[in-house]
Amino acid sequence: MSHTPHRLEVQNIRVGYGDRIVLSELSFQIPHGARVAVVGPNGAGKSTLFKALVGLLPLQNGRILIHGEPLGSHRDCVAYVPQREEVDWRFPVTVNDVVMMGRFLQMGWFKRASAQDRDAVQKSLAQMGIVDLANHSIGQLSGGQQQRAFLARAIAQEPHILLMDEPFTGVDVTTQEATLRLLDHLRERDVTALVSTHDLNLAASRFDFILLLKQRLITFGAPREVFTRENLAQAFGNSLLMMDNGLALVDECCSPEEKFTIND
Amino acid sequence: MSLLLAPLAYEFFQRGLLASVVVGVLCAVMGTYVVLRGMAFLGDAMAHAILPGVAIAYILKGDLLVGAGVAAVAVALTIGFFTKDGAVKEDTAIGILFAAALSLGVALISAMQTYAVDLSHILFGNVLGVGPSDLWLIGGLSLAILLTVAVLFKPFLVISFDPVLAATLRLPAELLRNLMLVLLALTVVVSLQTVGVSLAAAMLVTPAATAYLLTRRLFPMMVVSALIGALSSVVGLYLSYYFNIVSGSAIVLTATAFFLFAFGWKRISFSW
Repeated sequence: MSHTPHRLEVQNIRVGYGDRIVLSELSFQIPHGARVAVVGPNGAGKSTLFKALVGLLPLQNGRILIHGEPLGSHRDCVAYVPQREEVDWRFPVTVNDVVMMGRFLQMGWFKRASAQDRDAVQKSLAQMGIVDLANHSIGQLSGGQQQRAFLARAIAQEPHILLMDEPFTGVDVTTQEATLRLLDHLRERDVTALVSTHDLNLAASRFDFILLLKQRLITFGAPREVFTRENLAQAFGNSLLMMDNGLALVDECCSPEEKFTIND
Repeated sequence: MSLLLAPLAYEFFQRGLLASVVVGVLCAVMGTYVVLRGMAFLGDAMAHAILPGVAIAYILKGDLLVGAGVAAVAVALTIGFFTKDGAVKEDTAIGILFAAALSLGVALISAMQTYAVDLSHILFGNVLGVGPSDLWLIGGLSLAILLTVAVLFKPFLVISFDPVLAATLRLPAELLRNLMLVLLALTVVVSLQTVGVSLAAAMLVTPAATAYLLTRRLFPMMVVSALIGALSSVVGLYLSYYFNIVSGSAIVLTATAFFLFAFGWKRISFSW
């Protein structure tokens, strides 16, 4: 057995907002370059996990190791694609500006963009098929185009770990395909990807591992091992309907207000 | 032409013009952050919150600008403290401090025996009373603030637009946010003499809001905002001179006219 550290190691973390604990006793290890779907009901703590992974929410307990070192020792290796509601689309920036922000660490905070930075931005735009939108304000774009702009920024960051919060929700087929193609491309580069999704089919068919959450870890493993009757029942409870023929239905529809209060 | 040149014969007018242009530019640049980060309420609150500092400085016969500066920075940092980790919502914290500081200021002033002219100048500005040393102070502070904004342009852009990216890029967001509040506080202090505390918030918001209508990127927005701020100051000061209006009012009303013009122009050009 070799002793190369795992790309991402979460050890017994507890996170929340003040007294309200959202996630606790969560531990898992993700190997080099794996593609992980983060699945669970609304309020399971998917977004909270991501916020902890980028260092936005302090850990109340436990630790997060990347390449075997604590969070924060690597300045440039985590990129995050936000949910669309999290972005201020009225902010005066163009698509090009947004993608260039992904280069700020490489170029340095007090320097101008180098030819290399501009090249990286151009390539990222090309990869997401939005070169022609480079000078558009982000507010002018369609939802799918907006998401692709943020995916392009994530590429420009050249991350080791990519976090995507619900990239398949409410976007057009083109963007969904572009997102999946990007995941394939990133796998070639050994980028570890964590993607939260409500789409269990997509999770089962296009991901190496499933992280099933509900305030704590239900289970982590290959889709076949994770998507069992017991695990799904544990995670989704009442919103799960088991059919006699072995089919499982998950009813994850909820009112926007409910979603808001839980995710906020 | 002579209408424009005549007042320039007076040194107090030259100084006033210079001071109001500098302040107009400074407010307009800081105002872009105020507008984009939704801090308009904060700007207004901060302007009023410096009143007790001014009053205390007046009682102690100290420099009014120093009193204002201390009060403004104290209020800025207190707001940052209360809202840290979402303990209290920002607008709530601002509302509390705003009201408390304003009340304290009024209480102090009303307790004073002499109700001096200087305090009305604090409220509404007295740009034509800017002395040579005031001009140096205004110029120096403004330059320092604008240089800070220039140096921190990218970090300020990221924390304003995308706090999560700021976290992944390991920016000290808390520190930067407090620094921005301090810069805003100093801006309000600098604008004391030209537009006064009651109107400083307008100079923060109006030119930047106008520029927002006309531009699509942050840097051009700042430049256009600065131009509008400077132009409003010049036009306003001449209006103030010829029509004998309080200078702060004239400057703010001019800026408002620019805003209405831009708003109307945008409406018309869109409906075509």
